[in-house]
Amino acid sequence: MPDTFSAMRQTIIDGAPDTASALAQEAVAAGVAPLDAINNGYVPGMHDVGEQFARGQMFLPDMMASAEAMRAAMAVLEPELKKLGTERPMAGVVVLGTTKGDIHEIGKILVGTMLTANGFRVHDLGVDVSGEKFAAKARELGADIVGVSALLTTTMRNQKSVIESLEKAGLRSHVKVMVGGAPVTRGWAQEIGADGYAKDAMSAVALAHELMEQKLQGAAAGPV
Amino acid sequence: MRPKLELLDKPFIERILGEAFELISDPGVRVAPYVVELLRGAGIKVGDGVARIPESVARRAIESVPHEFYLYDREGLPAVRYGGDHVHFDPGSSCLNILDPETQQARPATSADLVRLVRVAEMLPQFAAQSTAMVCNDVPQEIGDWYRLLLVLWYSEKPVVTGAFSASSLHTLLELLTIESGGSDALRRKPRAIFDVCPSPPLNWSEFASQNMVDLARAGVPAEIVSMPLAGATAPVTLAGSIVQHAAECISGITIHQLAQRGAPIVWGGAPAIFDMRTGRTPMGAIETAMLDVGCAQVGKYLGLPTHAYMVAGDGRLIDAQVEMESGISAVLGALAGINMISGAGMLDFLACHSIEKLVIDAEAIASAQRLIEGIETRTESLAVAMFAQTGLQGDFLKLKETRELFRREQHFPSSVMDRGLAGMDENSHGVLGRARDRVEELLSGYERRAIDSGREQAMIEFAQREGSSAGLDGLPEILRPEYAREPGLI
Repeated sequence: MPDTFSAMRQTIIDGAPDTASALAQEAVAAGVAPLDAINNGYVPGMHDVGEQFARGQMFLPDMMASAEAMRAAMAVLEPELKKLGTERPMAGVVVLGTTKGDIHEIGKILVGTMLTANGFRVHDLGVDVSGEKFAAKARELGADIVGVSALLTTTMRNQKSVIESLEKAGLRSHVKVMVGGAPVTRGWAQEIGADGYAKDAMSAVALAHELMEQKLQGAAAGPV
Repeated sequence: MRPKLELLDKPFIERILGEAFELISDPGVRVAPYVVELLRGAGIKVGDGVARIPESVARRAIESVPHEFYLYDREGLPAVRYGGDHVHFDPGSSCLNILDPETQQARPATSADLVRLVRVAEMLPQFAAQSTAMVCNDVPQEIGDWYRLLLVLWYSEKPVVTGAFSASSLHTLLELLTIESGGSDALRRKPRAIFDVCPSPPLNWSEFASQNMVDLARAGVPAEIVSMPLAGATAPVTLAGSIVQHAAECISGITIHQLAQRGAPIVWGGAPAIFDMRTGRTPMGAIETAMLDVGCAQVGKYLGLPTHAYMVAGDGRLIDAQVEMESGISAVLGALAGINMISGAGMLDFLACHSIEKLVIDAEAIASAQRLIEGIETRTESLAVAMFAQTGLQGDFLKLKETRELFRREQHFPSSVMDRGLAGMDENSHGVLGRARDRVEELLSGYERRAIDSGREQAMIEFAQREGSSAGLDGLPEILRPEYAREPGLI
C-alpha cells in the first residue's frame, strides 16, 4: 500500500493526470478506501508541490499540471466517496474572485487549486466581480472566507468595496476576508480592513487555516 | 553613424506580421458593441462579440496612419516628435504608491506627491514629456483621472502622456484639454497630450478601450496603444509568439481607430513583459521584457509607425543596485532601439511604486543613453593627425583650441547624483540615495511655475470646481485651498 500511495503522490508531482486517474481507478478496484487514497496519496503530493514551489524549485506551469492531475484523481474518487455516504472533512468554505474591473485570474486559480487540495470547498466567482456579487455568494453558501484578488494597481482599490459590500450585507462579522495579487501588500490589507494578506498560493493556504482557527475561536468565545 | 539595436531581421518580421494578420482573422479579435457597426460598415464580419478582420482591411488602415506627428508644449511649440528614430522619455504613469522621500517606505500617493514629481520632471531636460504619474489618493476616485491631468497641466509646460480609466472620464479629460488649448480646433491642430489605451490580452478590445479609440480618433487627439502580452500567461510563452500577439493587438486597434477617423494620429506601443514562472509576477526589469519591447517596436518601425514602450523601470522595492541596474540597462536598450516615447522612469516594484529620488537617478541613465545614440561623430577634418601636429609627442592636448571648443559636445556631464569625484563628494558618505535627495531639493528650489493665460486658467478653475464639487471635493488640492474654493483666482 505505501508503494501505491507513493506512486499516487508522484503522479501529482509529475503533473500526470492520466496516470493519476488510472491509479485512482486501480485503487478503487482493489478496495482501497477513497479517503485513504486522497489523504495518503494525492494530498501529500500537492503539499510537496506547494513546498517546492515556495522554495522556487517548481514553476507555475508545473503547478498547473499538478493541479490538473489532482482534479483527475478527485474526479474518480469523489463519486466513490459519495457512494459510500462519506465526505472528505472540509476545512472551510471559501468564495474567491478577482475584483471588479480586473480580468486577471492566474493567481486566483492557483490559490483556489491549493485551497481545494487542502480540503477547503472553493467557489470561484471568476473575474470582474462586484462587491455585491461577492456578498450574495458568501450569503448563499454561508462562506467562512472571501478571497479577493487584484492584479492592477487601479483595480486593487475595489478590494475595499468588497469589504464594504460585506458590511452592508451584514455579513462582515461572520466572514473573514483575505486579499492578494501582485500590487497588494500587507499594509494595504490592513489599511482596507482585510483580515489577512497572502503573497502566494502556499501562504494563502496557511492564512486560510489561520483565519478558520480565528473564526472558530471567535465563535467559541461568543459575541462580545 | 547612429548606433542601433535590432533583434529581428526582415524575414523574421515578415513572419511575425504574417501570423499577426492570421490571428486577427482567425480566431479574430474580441470587440465591444460600441464598434460593431463601424467594423461591419468596413466589411468586417462580427459575431458573438468577435471581429474577424481581413488582412486587406487592416493593411489599408495601417497605410492611413500618419508616420510622424508632434506633441506641443504650452506655448504651442513642437516638443515631442513621434516617428522615425526620435527618442524621448517620460516618467511612468498611474502609480498608486510612492516611496516616501523621508522613510523610503511605500505609501499611497497624494496630489502633493504628484505636484512634487511634476516640478522635478519639469526641471529635467531628459524628460521631453510629463505623465499623469500618480493616482492621487486624497482626491475622490471618480474624478481622479481628470484631476491628475489638471495638476500636470497646471504645473508643467511640457507635453503630457495620459490616459482615461473609463469611457466617460475620457470626455472630461478632453474637455479639460480643450479649455487649456483654447478650443477643440486648437487641440486637434496642436495636441498637448497623448492618451494611452490598453487592449486586454489576449486580443480583446474591451468596452472602454474600444470606445476610447473611436472617441480619440474623432477628437483628433493622439492615441497610444499599450498592448501588454504577458509571455507564458496571457500570451504565448515564447518572445516571438508574444511579439506576434502584440502586433495583432496593435493592428486590430489601428483598424478600429482608423475606421473611426482615417489619418488620426496613433502610436504602436506597449508594456509587454515576461511572466515569472516562480512567482506569477511580471518583471519590468527582466532582460527578456526589454527584448520584447525592442522586438515589438521593431515591428512597428518596419510598418513605418510611431512607437512607444514601457522601460526604465526596476522591480526591487528599494532604490538599490538591482533597481538601478535594471532601469539603466533598459534605458540604454530602448534608446538604441530608437523608440519614440519610452515611459516608466521613476517606477519600481513591478510598477507598483513611484519614487522621485529614483526619477532623478534614472535621468542620469537616460542622459547616458541619449549621449550613446548621438554616437561617435567626426567633428574635425582630421581625426587626430592635425591635433598631433600641434602638440607633437608632448601630448599637451589640454591646451589645444579644439579641446576647449569640443569637449562639451564630446562629453556628457552628469549631475551631482553621480559620484565622479567632484569636490565635496569625498565627505559625502550618504551614497546615491542621499545625493538623489539633495538633487531633488535642488531641482525643486529652482522650479518656478509660470501662470497659464489668465482667461484659460480661470476657465480651468471653473471647470475643476464644477466637476469637483459634484464629487464632493473640498477645495482643489494643490491649487486652491478649501476656504478659497468658491473664490476663483485666489491661489
